Amino acid sequence: MARIAGIDIPRNKRGEISLTYIYGIGRSNARKILATAGVDLNKKVETWNDDEITAIRNVINEEFKVEGGLRSEVQMNIKRLMDIGCYRGIRHRTGLPLRGQKTKNNARTRKGKRKTVANKKKATK
Amino acid sequence: MSRSLKKGPYIHYKLEQRVFQMASNPKKSVIKTWSRASMISPDFVGLTIAVHNGNKFIPVYVTENMVGHKLGEFAPTRIFRGHAGKKDKAKK
Repeated sequence: MARIAGIDIPRNKRGEISLTYIYGIGRSNARKILATAGVDLNKKVETWNDDEITAIRNVINEEFKVEGGLRSEVQMNIKRLMDIGCYRGIRHRTGLPLRGQKTKNNARTRKGKRKTVANKKKATK
Repeated sequence: MSRSLKKGPYIHYKLEQRVFQMASNPKKSVIKTWSRASMISPDFVGLTIAVHNGNKFIPVYVTENMVGHKLGEFAPTRIFRGHAGKKDKAKK
């Protein structure tokens, strides 16, 4: 079992891929971690020995912000924007896109599922 | 794309002058400005600035967290009052 940064146990994959299961680590960060820990990035997680695992843990602890710490940092940043009442904060509050995208249609990622308006006038020809 | 560091932050020169005057002056009053693109520098903290939104001046009290943002971000230019036919909900 490889238990890194809390609860993540990705196995039977290459180290480079497996580490990306941790929140805050993508492909490029995974490569950096393995390089500084001195582990071959093609080596599968199940073949890591204890020394390698501790080396990887140390690198993540010292140089990276992951999982809960990172999540709370992101939330804090959003909260700051909302508290100072700037444009981006207002958009966060209303659940609309922040970066000037159009909202006439699409923008579904921010707006969520479509809410159909009853009795909307149909176009008459 | 962000602004070149070489140039430094943009603050309208007259607004900057007013801010410095205010800082040395104990009697603080509101500074009116149209310069929405001006960056809020640390000198602005504690002042109230009336930022034009195209229609009227919106008073903005500058706090420490706002440094680095631009004045216009705090004076919205559009007011959304809800869609037509949703009146009963909007009233609540």
